[in-house]
Parts: sequence; structure tokens; C-alpha cells
Amino acid sequence: MRRRQPLRWIAPAIVIFWLAMTVLGPVIAPYDPTAIQDADLFEGLSRTYLLGTDYFGRDMLSRILAGARYTVGIALVSTLLAAGTGLLLGLAASAIGGAFDMALSRFLDALISIPSKMFGLVVVAAFGSSMPVLIVTLAVIYVPGCYRIVRSVAVNVAALDFVTVARARGEGTFYVMLREILPNMIGPVLADFGLRFIYVVLLLSSLSFLGLGVQPPEADWGSLVRENIGGLAEGAPAVITPALAIASLTIAVNLTIDGFFGHRQGGH
Amino acid sequence: MNGLIGRLLLQRLIAAIATLWFVATAVFVITNLLPGDVAQELLGQSATPEAVAGLRKALGLDVPPLQRYFQWLGHLVQGDPGRSLVNQMPVAGLIGSRLGNSLLLAGITALVAVPVALLLGIAAAVWRGSVFDRIIGAGTILIVSVPEFLVASAAVLIFAVHLKWVPALSQLGRIDGIADVIRVFALPVFTLSCVIVAQMARMTRAALIDALSSSYVEMAVLKGASPGRIILTHALPNAVGPIANAIAFSLSFLLGGVIIVETIFNYPGIAKLMVDGVATRDLPLVQACAMLFCGAYLILVTLADIAAIVANPRLRHQ
Repeated sequence: MRRRQPLRWIAPAIVIFWLAMTVLGPVIAPYDPTAIQDADLFEGLSRTYLLGTDYFGRDMLSRILAGARYTVGIALVSTLLAAGTGLLLGLAASAIGGAFDMALSRFLDALISIPSKMFGLVVVAAFGSSMPVLIVTLAVIYVPGCYRIVRSVAVNVAALDFVTVARARGEGTFYVMLREILPNMIGPVLADFGLRFIYVVLLLSSLSFLGLGVQPPEADWGSLVRENIGGLAEGAPAVITPALAIASLTIAVNLTIDGFFGHRQGGH
Repeated sequence: MNGLIGRLLLQRLIAAIATLWFVATAVFVITNLLPGDVAQELLGQSATPEAVAGLRKALGLDVPPLQRYFQWLGHLVQGDPGRSLVNQMPVAGLIGSRLGNSLLLAGITALVAVPVALLLGIAAAVWRGSVFDRIIGAGTILIVSVPEFLVASAAVLIFAVHLKWVPALSQLGRIDGIADVIRVFALPVFTLSCVIVAQMARMTRAALIDALSSSYVEMAVLKGASPGRIILTHALPNAVGPIANAIAFSLSFLLGGVIIVETIFNYPGIAKLMVDGVATRDLPLVQACAMLFCGAYLILVTLADIAAIVANPRLRHQ
């Protein structure tokens, strides 16, 4: 890693760029993302339309920049919600221990045995797809994973001497949780946050791609792939560019974690 | 010793059945959690009161939730998940007509993906640190961090649009001979295989490297055994357990991939059936498909677990 100094900041820069686009996207978009341009359908890349046009003849670059708000925004809120809940439960389990720890661990472990896409599909079938449903569902799906990591790290920290000292001093459970255990596990928690964010982005995009995520007229990157899928057989760039935007985000986050926290492991 | 393994296997089996029951309960709770009247919600505000009453009866909403839960569970165990809300057909029949297609797709994918993944994983482990190993490492991370539909659309763009080796989208229809099989299955199987191979090759590589770094392999090296002999007779037999674990675990990724692949290639399997069911909010159909997928997932994960236990005596004393 050290040898490739110039490459080190590319990944974080891409992440920061997409984070900025959640606010600035619609502002700096060259055209109105919903306006039909004076262009052909599925036009290729050109000077006027940098990333070509979509199945309605709308500017793809503008639509991708506007879609960042949904993909990055929803994923960020969901991941924060999942990580916050997982952190709280994991800390509580490690600090309280006993039957509480065991019951919670068993329940959340069982929840993991439902594949994430399945969980998403069942919820959308029951509740329909709306922004709050999507955010809460994505968060619920990834709480058990966050909880597992936090608990396993916290249990190790909780066994260290300074925690025993704090308990012996007569500090309460909350003090031990927040002031003694939490500050000593920020690294692993942040690295896990990045990984969860990637999974959330991929799941959200998949749901939208299936037409079960973000609903029209709003469109995230997964929806953009779906609405242009008709152009796939003729090789329209409008199909592949939003998918590449997703890949640029997930790979950049992945490399950023690698750069800051060392090697990563695990799959979806 | 065999008694111990038998007892552990029984334990895993019971755990798997208990988990399946938990999953069934979770699916039931989620699909019955909607506040207010599900029937009204599903039919929309413009529905006539008679239609709403009919749907309430079809969904069994006139019985108390707990009783409904046991009825539903009982029917599910007997293999009768009810009738579709959309076309009134028995759900079991709808699934039955599609199950073969999905199994065929999954089977062909496994036949292609497993040997390729094992070869890549073993080669990467043997030439650890080489350029080949690094390409495999970067490639697998790349594939697991991008959405499946990117792999699928890239495959269509490359193999169908630019190289014109296969048609972009082809219907299942009639299959006459090997050419038709390739025409229909090439792109879906390629996409699914990419996802499985990435996962499986990584795990195989890790398992074999673990075996290669053990002291008995060092002993064999010192003794002057040839590299081929070291890998085939010393390292590989001891890595069979972890590799079997990797295969079963990686195949569980088929379930997520198949949903995207059947949709993008318009393949008439259960995953497509389920996605259509979700879009029309056909709850009995979605429940049944979800249970089928979760069951398959559990079987694969349990198999992976069992392979690990049988192969590694240290896991037997937990």
C-alpha cells in the first residue's frame, strides 16, 4: 500500500465526490434530469450529452447526478440507523451479559438466516415500497451483522483490566459502555460501517432494479438501469453507466476501508 | 467417535429445523404486520365492499391472528401454501411449473462454477503472491463489490452486442440440441458463475494456503517431495473439508444472484415468479417462494457447517 502513494487518495476522493453529489447533484447537473432533450433515444456519448441520453431522450449525466441523492442518501441513512442500533445493542449485550446477551444474540443470529434479498422482497410485498419502508427495512436487515461485530469486539474489550477497574470503582453500566468500552473499538466499528454501507447500496440498487425499490418518478441508480434495460440489446450506454456509478461507489468505499484499516474480509 | 459425529449432525439438523420454523414465523409476522386492513390496502380505495370482504375471506383475515398462524403453518408443512390472490391458481402448482427451470439453471451453473472456482482457487494458492494470484484476488474483490446486474449487462454488451457470439435475450422455448442449450443458458450461467466463482475461489485459496502452511507440508518439502506430490497427496486431502464448506457456502449465493439473473434475462423460473408476485403483492405466492428460498439457503448453510465439522475435529468440542 505504502508504495502506491498517489493512488491512496483516489478512492477517498471518489467517495467524497459522491457524498457531495447527494447535496450538489441536482445543482451542478448540466440539464434538468426530467427534461426531454432535443436528442435521439439512447444516444451515445457526445460533447453535448457527456454520458448519452436515456429511453426518453433525457440527459444521462444529469439523471445519474440527481440519482446520487437517492442511492447514496438512502444507503447512508439506513447504514447509520443499522450501525447505531447494532452498536447500542452490542454494547448493552457485552456490558449487561448473562441471559440478556444470550437471548439477544440467539434472536439476531436467527434473523441472519433469512437471505437479505428475500427479507427485502417479503417486506415490500407486505408493505409496498415507499421511502420510509425502504430505509427501515435496509436498516433492520443489517442490524444483526453490526451487532455481531460490535459484540465480539466489545466482549474482548470488556475483559480488559481498565474495564474491571472501572466496575470496581462502582461505575454504572452506561458509564462503562460509553466511556470505557466504546472509545476502544472505534476502528473496527468504522471499518464495519463502510462494509455495511456497500451491502446496503448493493441491496437497494438490486431492489430498485427489480422495480421494487425507489419508485418513479424518483429514480436511484438501480432504477436508472431498470428503465433503460430495453436498450441493452442495442448496446446503449444508458444501461451500463448507472451500474458503473454504483460500482465506482462500492469499489471506492472498499479501497478506502482497505487503505485506512488494512485488509478486509467477507463477501456479501 | 462416530457416535459423537452422529450426535453433532443430529444437533445441526434440529437447529436447522428450528431456524426454518423461526423463518416461517418471521415471514408470517412481516406479512401480517400491516396496520389496518390488508385487504383494503391491497385492493386500493376504489374497491367495492364486496371485493374487500371476499379478499378478507381469501386471506383468512376473519380468523384471529394466532389461529391463522397455526392454520398457515399446518398447510405449509403439508405442502399447501394456499391460492394465488391474483389468478386463484393453487400456489403449489404455480411453483411446481417453474421449479424445474430454476433447478436446471442452478444445476448447470454449479456444474460450470465449481470446477472453475476450484481450479482458480488451487492455482492461486499454489502460486501465492504471483501476478496470477494478485489478478485473481483483485478480480474476485471486484466482482463481489459490484451489483449482479452490472455483471449481467456487461456480459450482454461484450458477448452479444460486440462479439455477437450469442443473441442478447433468448426465450426458453424449444430446445433442440446443444446449440440451443448454449444459446439460452450461456449468458445467465456466465453471470451467475462469476458471482459464485469469485466467492468460492477466495475461500478455496484460503483453505489450501492454510493446509500448505502446516508443519507436515514443511516436513514433506524438507524431505524433498515434488511440488505436485505435496499438493495432491499432502495438502489437498486435508483441505477437502474447508473446500467442501466453501462450495456449499458459495452456492448459497446462487439464491441472491438467481433473482437478478432471471429478471434481466426474462427466464421463467421461481425467482421471476416471486418478483412478479411481489410487484402484484400476491402474498400467499410470496410467502411460499420465500420459504422455498430460505429452506434451500438453510440446507446449503447446514451442509457447509456439517462439512466443516466432519473435516475438523477441533470443531467437535464446542
